[in-house]
Amino acid sequence: MNPFHYELSHLETLEAESIHIFREVAAEFERPVLLFSGGKDSIILLRLAEKAFRPGKFPFPIMHVDTGHNFPEVIEFRDRLVAEVGERLIVANVQDSIDKGRVVEETGPRASRNRLQTTTLLDAIEEHGFDAAFGGARRDEERARAKERMFSFRDDFGQWDPKRQRPELWSLFNARIRKGEHVRVFPISNWTELDVWQYIATEGLEVPSIYFSHPRQVFKRDGMLYAHNDFIQLIDGEAPFEESVRYRTVGDMTCTGAVRSRANTLEEVVAEIAATRITERGETRADDRVTEAAMEDRKREGYF
Amino acid sequence: MTATSANGSALRRRTSELLRIATAGSVDDGKSTLIGRLLHDSKSILEDQLEHVQQTSERRGDGYLNLALLTDGLRAEREQGITIDVAYRYFQTPRRKFIIADTPGHEQYTRNMVTGASTADLSIVLVDARKGVSEQTRRHAFISSLLRIPHVVVCVNKMDLVGYDEDVFYTILEEMTDWAARLQIPDMTFIPISALNGDNVVERSDAMQWYGAAPLLYHLEHVVIAPDRNLNDVRFPVQWVIRPMSDEHHDYRGYAGQVAGGVLRPGSEVVVLPGGQRTTVAAIDSYSGELESAFPTMSVALRLSDEIDISRGDMIVEAEDQPVTARELEAMVCWMSDQPLQARGKYTIKHTTRSARAIVEEVEHRVDINTLDHVPASQLGLNEIGRVRLRCSAPLVVDAYARNRATGSFILIDESTNDTVAAGMVISAQ
Repeated sequence: MNPFHYELSHLETLEAESIHIFREVAAEFERPVLLFSGGKDSIILLRLAEKAFRPGKFPFPIMHVDTGHNFPEVIEFRDRLVAEVGERLIVANVQDSIDKGRVVEETGPRASRNRLQTTTLLDAIEEHGFDAAFGGARRDEERARAKERMFSFRDDFGQWDPKRQRPELWSLFNARIRKGEHVRVFPISNWTELDVWQYIATEGLEVPSIYFSHPRQVFKRDGMLYAHNDFIQLIDGEAPFEESVRYRTVGDMTCTGAVRSRANTLEEVVAEIAATRITERGETRADDRVTEAAMEDRKREGYF
Repeated sequence: MTATSANGSALRRRTSELLRIATAGSVDDGKSTLIGRLLHDSKSILEDQLEHVQQTSERRGDGYLNLALLTDGLRAEREQGITIDVAYRYFQTPRRKFIIADTPGHEQYTRNMVTGASTADLSIVLVDARKGVSEQTRRHAFISSLLRIPHVVVCVNKMDLVGYDEDVFYTILEEMTDWAARLQIPDMTFIPISALNGDNVVERSDAMQWYGAAPLLYHLEHVVIAPDRNLNDVRFPVQWVIRPMSDEHHDYRGYAGQVAGGVLRPGSEVVVLPGGQRTTVAAIDSYSGELESAFPTMSVALRLSDEIDISRGDMIVEAEDQPVTARELEAMVCWMSDQPLQARGKYTIKHTTRSARAIVEEVEHRVDINTLDHVPASQLGLNEIGRVRLRCSAPLVVDAYARNRATGSFILIDESTNDTVAAGMVISAQ
């Protein structure tokens, strides 16, 4: 038998590992949920779930934590994609958490609902009794995530404790938890940003239009280009102008920056990513710029 | 503009393989510097990451670009200048994509090292050229052997500090080769490097003309890994049964899982264990359609010719060369808990997709990692490795770990804390 006839490409290997994780979670947890943001990573999660369970239905619902400050293009895309895959969508609204007094809206020109999402997410997990939540986080994104397990154990406060992580050996995942605890599961932990785009291209996946170059009214703040929108107040001296931009990450409009780009096709996006000299979060995410350990601190609180 | 890429052909041609690397090392031996150097010289470090390292190096007063800071992610690590956990790093060249599982090398981190090694194709073991083969070097080599990592690269680092002396390199090579003769390492390669200066990391070193072989990155790109998998013995642990029961797929029954060994084809004669029923593979399904074959590590769904009662935890294997269905296991274990492993201890055992309860019948011995001697022991403490005999509440379908890393490995879970307390490798079963 010639072993070279039976080789997988790196994307095929990553895909097989991710499908394995989806099936393990479905088999070993009682109430999983797939967290979906409409961004490229969660679009990949949806496709991997289809690969894991078709022709059957997903053995879990899909949930979006909606800050109310998302790009309208992304919300429209979310609804269309979920309808296409024919699965159940739960929307947990940050606005509801604000109305119920669970969280207090930040004020001022730098106000963002990014951090408030954590409460909405944890409340929804508790309300629905979810014991496992799939997320699209990748280890190449950020220093703290580089050390997080694929099965990331959360205590009954939703907290991540980096010092109390369970060793993950071979592909044998320990799925045992107590009541009230849950696990965040990251099936694409080992994928990089480039892998994600290559996979989108090979699978022919549709992504929201804001990932491609488009003209937009933007303004400059802290070295990033923000979309001029109703949710951010301009500070003196900030003036919107039109620019050809695209987004590398899709988050809340209040904390996600755009990049100048003329990339109009997947091939051009892949070429741009392959040549980029800046990380996606470094270039486009204000939420990681607060302190050196901003992500670690948010994860400890129960963030995605 | 939306993306439905009919035109992804240029991308589809990228079929580079994935190489999983385990590294281990302490603060002093330059491991983080080596990884930083690999990432930096292969242009996998981006400007904002580099800027972060520059700023932090200056603030800490390191006096040089401290590439170790690239890999130390958690607050406590940066504050204390230590690595406390397994960190995963990614880089790629046109030939391959690499995943590095980077672990600290101290004795108390043996469990992290075992974790990183469990999935690795290759391990990088570092030796400080000034100090020669140390206890840590031996520990890394032993764990690489125990976990059956097929390829080990011994990087003799800090060659710049010994005047790039050929004799120093060969003395270490001989000492290490002699010692490792007692291990199971099928491929061991030695490379003299200076991670700090970049000698023989990505580029060949001008200072060591006497070294005729390739630098580290070239070796990582070209080491042959395809034959490392077991393609002879069909092993397919059933993970999940796909039964849509919809109008369209009313009678569909697909057994989903990841191929752990062998090559399956439609028409393959198979046996379902532990039940022992014989049948044939009717079709191999994937999302994009039926496949002509399935091999490690593909995730697929099998349809079988006969209606047999099969559920998660069963294993579909070939009729010849079956694994052993057994309740008694002889195994090596690495203990990962503060509470020692003792005879009569009861745990949950997870093996492939099957779980059972296991009782420790006997701790047979502990391995002294330095001398490789078997030391009499009645228990195993945190980070100790030894041989045990287990009895399980239900039969498991196992291979020796030496034959198949997927069907010969297991974990033990403490039923009161739910912690993963041991990594186990089957020696034999009955």
